[in-house]
Amino acid sequence: MTDLCKLTIAEALEGMDKKKFSASELTEAHIKACEGARGLNAFITESFDVARGQAKASDARRAEGKALPLDGIPMAIKDMFCTKGVRTTAGSKILGNFVPQYESTVTAKLFADGAVMLGKANQDEFAMGSSNITSAFGPAISPWKRADGKPLVPGGSSGGSAAAVAANITMGATGTDTGGSIRQPAAFCGIVGVKPTYGRCSRWGIVAYASSLDQAGAFARSVKDAGLLLGAMAGFDEKDSTSANLPVPDFAAAARRGVKGLRIGIPKEYRVSGMDADIVAMWEKGAGWLKDQGATIVDVSLPHTEAAVPAYYIVAPAECSSNLARYDGVRYGLRDAALGDDLDDLYEKSRAAGFGEEVRRRILVGTYVLSAGYYDAYYLKAQQVRALIARDFAKAFESCDALLTPTAPTPAFALDESPDDPVTMYLNDVFTIPASLAGLPGMSVPAGLSAGGLPLGLQILGKPFDEETVFAVAGAVESAAAFGGRK
Amino acid sequence: MALDQKTVARIARLARIRLTPEVSEKTLPGLNRVLGFIEQLSNINTQGVEPMVSVSATTLRLRDDIVNDGNCRDAVLANAPETIAGFFVVPKVVE
Repeated sequence: MTDLCKLTIAEALEGMDKKKFSASELTEAHIKACEGARGLNAFITESFDVARGQAKASDARRAEGKALPLDGIPMAIKDMFCTKGVRTTAGSKILGNFVPQYESTVTAKLFADGAVMLGKANQDEFAMGSSNITSAFGPAISPWKRADGKPLVPGGSSGGSAAAVAANITMGATGTDTGGSIRQPAAFCGIVGVKPTYGRCSRWGIVAYASSLDQAGAFARSVKDAGLLLGAMAGFDEKDSTSANLPVPDFAAAARRGVKGLRIGIPKEYRVSGMDADIVAMWEKGAGWLKDQGATIVDVSLPHTEAAVPAYYIVAPAECSSNLARYDGVRYGLRDAALGDDLDDLYEKSRAAGFGEEVRRRILVGTYVLSAGYYDAYYLKAQQVRALIARDFAKAFESCDALLTPTAPTPAFALDESPDDPVTMYLNDVFTIPASLAGLPGMSVPAGLSAGGLPLGLQILGKPFDEETVFAVAGAVESAAAFGGRK
Repeated sequence: MALDQKTVARIARLARIRLTPEVSEKTLPGLNRVLGFIEQLSNINTQGVEPMVSVSATTLRLRDDIVNDGNCRDAVLANAPETIAGFFVVPKVVE
């Protein structure tokens, strides 16, 4: 029998419909694969019993001819999504024992479409990181190997999700992307990762980091699969005040549209100093592929690109300091207090014990930039710069339909090469953050290998709520790249 | 502008995170590195630019003014570190 774990989602759905194998067989094959790959630390919490129950129910539905759109597809769910009755930690010690009493909208929609949950995927603490090393549950490891054999980071923050999909231990995964947390790990792990337009997926039930930027999205091994997952996750939700009340297009179908007649913008400011030569070459190759398939390549300018990362590191910490104020050691989460402590002692000690170094740093930065006397100089200024960045994109889209850029300035680095300097780490997201600030849809598609044999991703950015064009361009890059995945 | 230990202590107090002197010492260089980095925005001309609060241009919806949730006390309390008789428990706050 074929290796069930190497199928795409589309192939697996067809195989089950044709009764070549059952959802239970597919799930068992993946559980076995997960057990064999525990060294990757891709999961914070495994939920194999939940998965077996869901697979059994899926088989029953299919037997009755009532199969759902994703019926029986085994997935990893990033630990930012609240899952009823299954521990949800956001990668933090402060939520180490938190068992949600409700289901996030996105996971509820996936389960309503028949998806199977193998476990809760590892991630940077509260999604703050670009390497998965800030997780309180230890780093997730990329399944890719470099010649020197050093363990590589899968990227972050959705590192466990990306590692699981790349290692063929789940068929797809959810992620969240605040400044690149889906696109960068997808690039590092050689898979597809899509962050839709802000407002496309409901944020309800997702642990909040920076609410004006947080957006759910999907990982898969093909553009079409990513479209199938996103189609199930997206849609209007009354419970999220920023949810967009728009119909959900057929993203998977859009992946086959082709790029004939499309204008693809190449932003000149993304040619940053210090970028690997491999990545520059890959970018040029990608533009060539699209041209060969009938697209027109146009040069565009996004003049405020350099200001995006510093603006983000004001806006995101400010929102985080406010959102994370809820962890007080009283209503849920870790409590640290001694007899005789007063309420402030309890707050201060619980939060000191529960938050890791990077989260603490962002809370402190956020508190500072919002504090009396500094608000205008930092926070208001950053919001103005954010407006300029959004304006740059709107202007660029007057002369093109989508943008093509690299996803990250380097391939994956080794765990022990992770920069100690926070700013060096932040600059990993130099190509993903601008679109996050503008709320635009973006996708990373594996395009080739570096000289060292590691995957490189190309990023496609689109106009607000025009994910279909992003999928069309991504589909064209995918077919030309013939990447083939991890050997 | 670089922060000093006194300012860090003030921010930590506002954020309700207790910093031991050792942790505070360790935290300061990273904070100053980040603040030095974000400082570069002061070079950008933003005169007359409307600050962008949200990417969604529309005003927030109002939901119907009806009761649509509730009667779930036990679920609300399920993850509390300490409860008594249906209440959250905190240290004594009234002398």
